[in-house]
Amino acid sequence: MSGGVLKSYSLSRLPELSAKDAMGELSFVQISDSHMGFNKPANPDVAGTLKAAVDKINALSAAPEFMLHTGDISHLSKPEEFDTVDQILKGAKPQEVFYVPGEHDVLNDDGKQFLERYGKGSKGAGWHSFDKKGTHFIGLVNVMNLKAGGLGTLGHDQLEWLEDDVKHLKHSTPIVVFAHIPLWSVYPEWGWGTEDSAQALAYLKKFGSVTVLNGHIHQVMQKVEGNVTFHTACSTAFPQPQPGKADSPGPMKVPAEQLKSVLGITDVNYVQGQHALAVVDSTLA
Amino acid sequence: MRRSVSIAVLTATLLLGVGTITTGTKNVLASAQQKAETTEVKIDNFSFGPATLTVPVGTTVTWTNRDDIPHTVVSTDGVFKSKVLDTDEKFSFTFSKAGTYPYFCSIHPKMTGKVVVQ
Repeated sequence: MSGGVLKSYSLSRLPELSAKDAMGELSFVQISDSHMGFNKPANPDVAGTLKAAVDKINALSAAPEFMLHTGDISHLSKPEEFDTVDQILKGAKPQEVFYVPGEHDVLNDDGKQFLERYGKGSKGAGWHSFDKKGTHFIGLVNVMNLKAGGLGTLGHDQLEWLEDDVKHLKHSTPIVVFAHIPLWSVYPEWGWGTEDSAQALAYLKKFGSVTVLNGHIHQVMQKVEGNVTFHTACSTAFPQPQPGKADSPGPMKVPAEQLKSVLGITDVNYVQGQHALAVVDSTLA
Repeated sequence: MRRSVSIAVLTATLLLGVGTITTGTKNVLASAQQKAETTEVKIDNFSFGPATLTVPVGTTVTWTNRDDIPHTVVSTDGVFKSKVLDTDEKFSFTFSKAGTYPYFCSIHPKMTGKVVVQ
């Protein structure tokens, strides 16, 4: 981490780096938007592409320590959809998975099923934090109680919890925040942003290194703002259009042979001492 | 002997089935004749069409999701709330009181619409 700017490099450069340099002190993978149950022309086989993502993870030179799933595990919150994802992810080398819900995971039951399955030890609608090798991870939920005309929402209770959660941490602690809907204003016209994210980010201002990982928009976008690096991951299910480049954010149908090039996973490596955090996106192609 | 018993049971079940279907059709026809009016709102390309619908009191409005993505129809004031509607699924609500009923998709809250009942 140098001046708040993170380095990211493509997978093709990894062979040039030694394994230790590449993997750093801590390596984990972000997967997102599995949308299990989706079966429309944009991708009639979302189970197949999730399996391809797991193969990609298992093929990494050193196994990541754990995975983050940034929501939309299921398409319609059906138990069998969650079951299928659980089954496929059991095939991944990293066995520990931390989840936050997407809006597709909390349909019809206000997220009760999500909490039962993935919310052990979490607060409220599933927000939680944990530490890995000196890095503090915070999973936030911004898909509940959405208001007409509005964006993603964290809400008062969660913001209070967040303030308290980071209060006693040293300023040098690297922070990784993960949530489904982007915590920066990607394209509010399509609802791609979070109403009260500014308040959350204010609590994280004191930290030298903050990385925000999101999903929801089914494409890679990155932005650096001061000490905060924002990053959205690809979906493993179907691509969505670039902001404003289509009438609506609906699934984008691409030729079958191109599908895997617009789906993918994100491999994140924290390199302590060298002050570099590498966020590497790789497509399934 | 056992075989003929099961055939008899099967025949009875089939007859019962036919009976139910016939009754069902009659009911549907009867209720369609009684209802004042039915109007449709289409959910297409992440929008409600028409976004504002004006109907007389007693109208049943049916929303149909024609997107590849699920949507919901939720009254902003808590008057009605659909289950999640997958592609081609429908939700109906009968408006028995005059007023303006704003609603939105609780999954994609940028999608809003209203029904004006006169």
